Amino acid sequence: MRYLRFLLPLLLIIGWEVASWVVNNPFILPSLETVIPILLHPFSPAYTLGTGSLVENATVSIQRVGLGFLVAAAVAIPIGILMGRSTLLNDFFDSTIELLRPIPPLAWVPLALAWFKIGLTSIVFIIFIGAFFPILLNTVDGVRSVKKTWIEVATTLGAKEKQIMTKVVLPGAAPTIWTGLRVGFGIAWMCVVAAEWLPGISKGLGYLILYAYNFGQTNLIIAGMVVIGVIGLLIDFIFKRVEKKWFSWRGLER
Amino acid sequence: MTLVLKGLSKSFVGEGKTEVQALSNINLEVADGEFVSVLGPSGCGKTTLLRIIAGLDHATGGSILLDGNRIDGPCPRMAMIFQEYSLYPWRTVLDNIAFGLEMKGMEKSRRREKALEFLELVGLVDFAKNYPFELSGGMRQRVAVARALAIDPQILLMDEPFGALDAQTRNMLQRELLDIWEKTRKTVIFVTHSVDEAVFLSDRVVVLTARPGTVRDMVQIDLPRPRERTGTEFARIRRYVLDHVEKTAFSSKV
Repeated sequence: MRYLRFLLPLLLIIGWEVASWVVNNPFILPSLETVIPILLHPFSPAYTLGTGSLVENATVSIQRVGLGFLVAAAVAIPIGILMGRSTLLNDFFDSTIELLRPIPPLAWVPLALAWFKIGLTSIVFIIFIGAFFPILLNTVDGVRSVKKTWIEVATTLGAKEKQIMTKVVLPGAAPTIWTGLRVGFGIAWMCVVAAEWLPGISKGLGYLILYAYNFGQTNLIIAGMVVIGVIGLLIDFIFKRVEKKWFSWRGLER
Repeated sequence: MTLVLKGLSKSFVGEGKTEVQALSNINLEVADGEFVSVLGPSGCGKTTLLRIIAGLDHATGGSILLDGNRIDGPCPRMAMIFQEYSLYPWRTVLDNIAFGLEMKGMEKSRRREKALEFLELVGLVDFAKNYPFELSGGMRQRVAVARALAIDPQILLMDEPFGALDAQTRNMLQRELLDIWEKTRKTVIFVTHSVDEAVFLSDRVVVLTARPGTVRDMVQIDLPRPRERTGTEFARIRRYVLDHVEKTAFSSKV
């Protein structure tokens, strides 16, 4: 049943095409043949109402999300390691983190605008908020899952505190940290689209679909959504491949 | 080399804030190259005793002297072998064995060369590039032994190293351990709850009482090796040791 996974997407596409004939209103449901040409010309600015080509917009979005994601990882991983290693620091940070965590990234938009004004910093901040918590919590979990025996073996074999950190704790926690990065990136990617709806933005996939809406170009909206979905899927696929290659030992500790 | 335990005791704060005495006034002298087993009912503190010698736990009274020098913490002249979960799952067998050498700062090609020697000693050269999860329980303990030997310690501390193995594998590893011991002439302190194992392996068996653990008796075993488990002399000594262990277990219940 290898091909079963392709069945539903195929049925959805057929259903969409049939529905578009029935509805017969390109503003509500554009037909397949008005969306596909846009996707077939990703480098051409002619299909996107003068906002630059699909690739151009995607590149801008990826750069933004990459920046926010990297900042989040750079802050969350060290804090997570400290929290995982020290109950004292965990007690210190924990309540604050649990309080901030349920606040959706988008609820930070007004504050972001007040603090950082319109521009890249605000967008990066929203993405940072989205990616930060999954990375942090998974890092804490990963560090805690490092077996006590691993650390004790290292101690008896003469490892110094720093070596225990780099040669035992980090590699031992790495698979779980990686899961945090994967989940964090997924959320960051969702956030970038919304963050690009902020005022004063003039590029990016999020901006593109909002702009297309203002012109009633539903076919361009759908093309933009497809690109957003495909990029998210591809990046997740890369994360999973790396996980399989490097961290296949997870769950097989004996 | 002589290892002397002088009036060693250990207490800790247990449930309900009551003080629990785990070990009380342990006196023991281990000679160079001797194979000593520490035997006792579960909960008698034999593992705690070994951990204190290894520097992983601290005694609350008494002292440990290695060649007359007091030791208080992990010491490179001793290496510990744990019951299970001690290998690093992200490292190959060879790199697991090289771990202690890596901590010492030995360069990669040299430590691999050295690790290979010890891999040969435990008969696993063909598995150098495998990962621990690909090995059987017996093979993993062989690797753990090789890793401990690689740092060239004078004393091997073994905490029920074959406790998680099936009977057949266990017997095989006991014989292999004796071979290695005869080749390398390390001093071994071997913790076990199996009378059979202790009598088969040791020059001397130290029988501990139930909590608080104290030395109840020391049994010198002068049977020539390899020992025949079914021999009458072996059976007599085993009976003798077993009586001691049962008495200590019984007295603790009254």
